[in-house]
Amino acid sequence: MDIRLRAPLTKKAALELRAGDRVLLNGVIYTARDAAHARLTDVLEKGEAFPFDLQDSVIYYVGPSPARPGRVIGAAGPTTSYRMDAYAPRLIEAGLRGMIGKGMRSPQVIDSMKKYGAVYFGALGGGAALIAGSVVAAEPVCYEDLGTEAVQRLTVRDFPATVVIDAQGADLYRLGRADYLRSL
Amino acid sequence: MREISSGAVTASVCQMCAGANMVLPEDIAGRIRECREREPWPAARDTLDKLCQNMDIARREAIPLCQDTGMACVFLALGQDARIVGGDLYEAVHEGIRQGYAQGYLRRSVVADPLRRKNTGDNTPALIHTDIVPGDRLTITLSPKGFGSENMSRLAMLTPAAGAAGVKDFVVETVSLAGPNPCPPIVVGVGIGGSFDQVALLAKKALLRGLDEPHPDPYYREMELELWEKINRLGIGPQGFGGQTTALGVSIETLPTHIAGLPVAVNISCHATRRVSVVL
Repeated sequence: MDIRLRAPLTKKAALELRAGDRVLLNGVIYTARDAAHARLTDVLEKGEAFPFDLQDSVIYYVGPSPARPGRVIGAAGPTTSYRMDAYAPRLIEAGLRGMIGKGMRSPQVIDSMKKYGAVYFGALGGGAALIAGSVVAAEPVCYEDLGTEAVQRLTVRDFPATVVIDAQGADLYRLGRADYLRSL
Repeated sequence: MREISSGAVTASVCQMCAGANMVLPEDIAGRIRECREREPWPAARDTLDKLCQNMDIARREAIPLCQDTGMACVFLALGQDARIVGGDLYEAVHEGIRQGYAQGYLRRSVVADPLRRKNTGDNTPALIHTDIVPGDRLTITLSPKGFGSENMSRLAMLTPAAGAAGVKDFVVETVSLAGPNPCPPIVVGVGIGGSFDQVALLAKKALLRGLDEPHPDPYYREMELELWEKINRLGIGPQGFGGQTTALGVSIETLPTHIAGLPVAVNISCHATRRVSVVL
């Protein structure tokens, strides 16, 4: 049974999620990947104004393909998350509540998630055409010079994701694999 | 000498870009469906169903299968009795990529310099590999390669003593270390032999061979099957959430090598392993 979640995501809602839960996200999320993360953490280090409200926000690691005329967005599946590991703890400390991507996270990221109550969601890697259908609006926020790596504000309706690592640090990549191997 | 115009090269490359990114080759799509039928783990079967849905939507709505429409890997097999007229062959390929990626609404994912990292804005340059072959034709193969899987690829200079067992261990270890990162179920291209530089290219070329075309040498055909089975026993599964279908298949290519060496390279490709060819 899928859990309907609002984004931004409250700490209370985040703490209730468990690795393996399937969720449908509704509300506003922000896109950011490699180059944008470098700039966003730089903004935090310098104490400058953050380009969007980071408190309780959800960041989607994605660099979409261009939208065809008349469409909101192009293909929009997740990129591999570990490249953002160097930046994520700083953002979590500053209020980031959820991350959507695919692939493993570092122990440092997981420690920050446990400390501040944040969640890591997995979206369907390589399921970019399917996922695009759940994005109902996209507008630029900043760093448009980065092209596909610009930060965008996405309005999503029933965006499908799975809780991969919960705020207690439980990891579906370990649990799911172990469950399957035990079933043999 | 048969003449092939550079304009025809540009037009062909341009035309291939959108299709390559929206429709999977039949061997890959077919293998995903077969694996879905064979998958014993319900959650994994569900994920494979979604990948099938993704294929349908991409084809129907002309949306790329994956937002990472890749670096354009272009393999040219140029007949020695053909000559290119009207312009530079490689520039003609780049121009085809430039036009095809713009017209197809495909992502531009190339930075001009690896450290200063400014996007070139048109997905060029393509990565071009050329083989001179008999005949008077030009075969162009375009394989857009995503980097989520490319980043999980590895190379080792093993010793001859490591032998087949060492090669197999290295391949399985590479897939195990990659875990959920490269969007499993993956396609595994293995290069064995040659030299440091050649073995990596060999692994990439292995990905060009259809999964329905096993290695012609029974020794390597058996190794392909053995590795596929070993990889699927890791339990990583589709998306890394557990299951049997970690790989869609393994392809091996080999080259003669030095008495002192046993180079091996593993080029990992995601379930959206894309390739399309045209003959001019």
